[in-house]
Formats: sequence, C-alpha cells, structure tokens
Amino acid sequence: MIGKLLEVSNLRTYFYTEAGVVKAVDGMSLDVGKSETVGLVGESGSGKSVTAQSVLRIVPPPGRIVEGSIKFQGADILQKSEEEMRMLRGSKISVIFQDPSSSLNPVYTVERQLTDIITLHQHVSKREAIQTAQSLLTRVGISEPEKRLRAYPHELSGGMKQRVAIARALSCEPSLLLADEPTTSLDVTIQAQVLELLKELQAEYEMSMVMITHDMGIVADLTRRVTVAYAGKVMEVADTRSVFTDPKHPYTEALLKAVPSIRRTRALEVIPGNIPNLIEPPSGCVFHPRCKYAKEICSREVPGLEVVDGGHYVACHLWRELRLEGRVN
Amino acid sequence: MHATYGENLDSKVELTKMTTNQETLLSVSSLVKHFDVVERGIFGRKTIGEIHAVDNVSFTISRGETLGLVGESGCGKTTTGKVILFLEKPTSGTVIFEQTSIYQVFSSDDKQGARKLRSRMQMVFQNPYSSLDPRMTIYDIITEVFAIHKNIPKPQWRQQVSELLKMVNLEDYHAERYPHEFSGGQRQRIAIARALAVNPKFIILDEPVSSLDVSIRAQILNLLIALQKRENLAYLYISHDLSSVRQISHRVAVMYLGEIVELAHTDILFDKPLHPYTQALIAAVPVPDVERKTIRIILPGEVPSPINPPNACRFHPRCPHATDICRQTAPTLKDDLIKDHFVACHHADKFL
Repeated sequence: MIGKLLEVSNLRTYFYTEAGVVKAVDGMSLDVGKSETVGLVGESGSGKSVTAQSVLRIVPPPGRIVEGSIKFQGADILQKSEEEMRMLRGSKISVIFQDPSSSLNPVYTVERQLTDIITLHQHVSKREAIQTAQSLLTRVGISEPEKRLRAYPHELSGGMKQRVAIARALSCEPSLLLADEPTTSLDVTIQAQVLELLKELQAEYEMSMVMITHDMGIVADLTRRVTVAYAGKVMEVADTRSVFTDPKHPYTEALLKAVPSIRRTRALEVIPGNIPNLIEPPSGCVFHPRCKYAKEICSREVPGLEVVDGGHYVACHLWRELRLEGRVN
Repeated sequence: MHATYGENLDSKVELTKMTTNQETLLSVSSLVKHFDVVERGIFGRKTIGEIHAVDNVSFTISRGETLGLVGESGCGKTTTGKVILFLEKPTSGTVIFEQTSIYQVFSSDDKQGARKLRSRMQMVFQNPYSSLDPRMTIYDIITEVFAIHKNIPKPQWRQQVSELLKMVNLEDYHAERYPHEFSGGQRQRIAIARALAVNPKFIILDEPVSSLDVSIRAQILNLLIALQKRENLAYLYISHDLSSVRQISHRVAVMYLGEIVELAHTDILFDKPLHPYTQALIAAVPVPDVERKTIRIILPGEVPSPINPPNACRFHPRCPHATDICRQTAPTLKDDLIKDHFVACHHADKFL
C-alpha cells in the first residue's frame, strides 16, 4: 500500500511468565497513513499499549515479539539492529505515556531531558539545543520557559509535566507520534488544553499520530479512523464516523452503550462478566462469553477479519445478520 | 446482570421527585478544613501557611438521595467526605446526621454512640486494591465488621456474608478467596458489600468507578443505583467524571478551590449551568459523538494553589467573564435567580 507510514500486521507479542504465556497481543493489525490520526481503542488487557511498545521495540521482559511484521516507512522494524532502533526512537517515532512523572527522569532538569535528545539526534551545539528547547516549551504553552528549563520534574504540575513530555517527543519533529493515554491522569480542563495542543501540533508538524485511549469521547474528537481492540485482537477497523453510527462488532456496540452521557441520563447497558484472562483466553471469538448475540459457532471458531466495505473491517461471525445500534446521544 | 436496568432508571426519575418530600438525613453547615503548612527548621516547627482544603461548605442530603460532588484534583471534594465522617477533624462547622451532631459525639467519650454513628455512615474508596487487606479472605474482611460492630450474632455470620455477596452479585464460594483472586470490578463489589455489612443509611462513594474499565463501570454504577432503591440509601458521590455524576446523582454540587460554586438538580445543572466554571468543566469533556462538534471553552492556566487562594472570587484569574467586582468581592452561594439553583457568581444573571 502506498502512502502508509506504519503497517502492523498480524503482530503477536507474548509474555513468558511463571504462571504461563500471556498472549498480550495476539494477531493485531494497524495501519497509519501520512499525517493521519488513528485511534486505538480498548480497555485494559486489550493489548493497545503493548502494541505501541512493540512498534518501538521496547517490550519489557519477559515479553517478546513472536510473530508478525511492523513496517515503518516501508522497512521492517523487526529486522533492524538495536543501534538503528535507537536512532529511530525519539527522532522518527516518538511516544508520550499516560503518566508523565514516570517518563521524565526525576534527577535531571527539564533542560537536560530536552537537550540530551536533541543533541543525540541532531548535529547541533549545546547552545542551539537550549534555544530549541526553549522554543519548544513556548510552543507547548509553558510560560517563562527560561525558568522552567531549570526546574526538576517534581516542581511541575501534572499538566505541565505532560507538556514537557510532549515537547520532548516533538523535539526532533517525528513522523509518527504514539500517544498512549496521554490525558488519562490529567484533570478535565487540563485534558482539554492538552488535546487541543495535540490537535494543533499534529497539523502543524504534519505528523501521523496513534491515539491510544479507552475514551470514546477522545476518539470522536481527534481521530479519523479507529481500530477497536479486545484481548489482544482487532475486533473492528473503520473510519470514526462509521464506528459511532454503524458499528458492526457487538463489542463496539456494547462499549458505546456502556458509557454514561454527559448530555442526558439514559439506561446504561451493562457488558456482563470480566476482561478475559490472557493466559487461557476464551475459545473461538475472545468476546463470546460476554456477547449477548453469541451463538454456538462463536465459541468454536475464531472469526477472521472480514471486509464490510472499503476500509471497514470486522471480526465477527454474525456481522451480516446483526443489526447493531450506534451511539445515541 | 444482563438486564439493562430500565426500571432502575425510572426509579431515579421517581426519586428526584420524591427527594423533595423525604426528610433530610444529613445536613452540613459552614464546614471548614484548613491544614497547616509546616516548615521544620533547627528551631523547631513553624507554621508558614494554611491550605484552604474546604471553605464554608454547606449542603443537605435527603434519605434515598444521591448528591454528586464534582471538581478537579485538589478542589477539596475528598477532604469534604473525610471531614463529614470525622476521618479528618474539621477546623469548624457542623454536621447533623439523623438529628445528631456528629462532632459532639466523636469529640466526647461516648464510644458506643460513636460506633453506632459509624455503622450508619460508611465510605467506599477509589482504589479497591489498597482498601482490602490482601491477607484476609473475603469472609474475614466482612465478618471483621460484624465483630467490631457486634450487630450480627456469630451463628448468623455465614448466612449474612452469603446474603451480602448476593446483594452485590457475587457467589457464595467467593467468601473463601483472597482479594488478589478478584478483578478490580469484583473487588469494588466486595468493598461495597463490606460497607453494607453494618446496614448503613448513608454511604460516601469516593471515585468508586474511576479505577475501573469502561465496561465494568456500568456494572458498578447500575449496582449502586439498584442498592439505593432497595435499601433507601443516601449517597455522597464524589467524582471528577462528570458523565458518571450525571448518571447517578439527583443533585450535583460543583467545587472549586475548597468552595461550592454551584449546586442544583442534576439535569438543570448540566443543561443550564450558571457558573462559568461549571460551564467550562462540562464543555471540556470530550463527547462520544461524531455528529456534533461542541465548542470547547478552554480555560487558561491551572487550578491555583489552595495555600494562597486568589482573593474575592477564587475563579476570577481563569474566568473569561471576570470583571472588577470579581476581583474585589467574594460572591455568595445563593438561589435568588432560580429557586433551588444555587450559584456563587456575580454575573450569573447573564447566563440565564
């Protein structure tokens, strides 16, 4: 496919723990076009964060990528040497995590955290690096950047820390930004500021972004296409509008109906049961034990990802016969 | 659990009407909680400031009613909950629960009275991973409550535990397991069962679904609503998540920097908010709707430090409508514009 910046296909990343093999990512596929924002939605255990870690090849042990391919700008990431990966991370592909306190080094000043990465990837002097760092801080909306450069992470608020993390992620003008729940730990009004900032920066830098989130509101606001993941597998892929108005997977439908609305009070539909155990995932379709439409075939056979129509894919045996409802607000 | 709880929703609508007739269960007046900021030096401790965690907070909750308490981190909503239960000593103010002044009971030597009060008021915390002792079985966790409150004779413990687990949709065999064997949602059910073990009339729910997955949140919210209906429980539902607040609350109070800035019936507050902070808070929530793009009111800056809160109206440095009067005079919380719609803003009439 031409124009694809990132193509993840049939990725399997397993964790070999004492209790057994945790199939955290088990056949995930995801593609991202140039300057496109794609949503990767799922709950805990859906494999969305491990997918991001796999793309950067920073899966912590005992985790290992066991199968699949990850192509970035046409080249297979899984074939690259560790040295080549180091040059890619932070320059071409950047990441921001949910908890900015854990992604910033507590013993370095903001200046050091920013200039380290700038001098690693760009041939610039220390002085130029500091200037770049200052203008980045200004760009992400931090006032008094000269003063903030001398601050340590603990001296900053949560929202401010996330802005520093964003500034660092953007310091080398990446082509791809992986945003892993970037606003989940922030207050609502600060979340709004950060989301607005990410939108602006995405357009300004013409970068592609994978927005990893559990919040359907953020998906609606920022993304053009969405992949819905559950238990390490892709359930549905579609443009954002179709996901909300014409979902084809029962899990997508259930997710839309389980979230309370800020606009009005309406009946909340419950998804029964719990997030599955990934050591012994359910047989057949992983969602079948919690699916209200499940039939006999669902527990027996794993559904493949089928084409609904151009760009809309679903992994459900029953999608042709089901009439699912979108989000009613 | 497959039910879509249409009946519970109806009950909420009914309750909204009913609550006006129901008697007041809890009444909080002019509650204040300041924490000293202490500096330790070679000459001992010196108080260098005060954190205004809760300032002059007043509200009432009727039997069977849910009051939502929303605000951002550091606004004092959790401290308000703790002070009501005397888990933190208030600086001043009164809390009357079932005609009894809570602080009089807790400040005196009346141990029996204190225990009796504790059994009427319970709290469920955000993190079900830290609020359950990992070395105790569920049976031990729940019967510990019976042992302390002596409300259930020992021969009936097993049966009572079984009934409590049933109330929160867990099974009998779960009683013999340890907390680590349960998922987050199940643990929160256990925490709720423990709170119910003393047959309370009032439960403070502090972010009870915030640490749970989206698909599990609905289960717990529906459970709380069903239990409320069955037991005629009153809740103080503390949360930063406005959507769940709208779902469960009959009335909502919005806090900013230790003060209540607006209090009204849920639908009225969400549909016609009169305080600029409430308006911004509601507008900031990303709405899962691709058809309508809401216009975000982006508030500049962050919540100021509660150590030296801004003068006059505490919201004025971030408020897009602030004028001179907002910088000079503190607005009072009153319902002179619309009855029962309390708002603390000099310019509230402009938003009618």
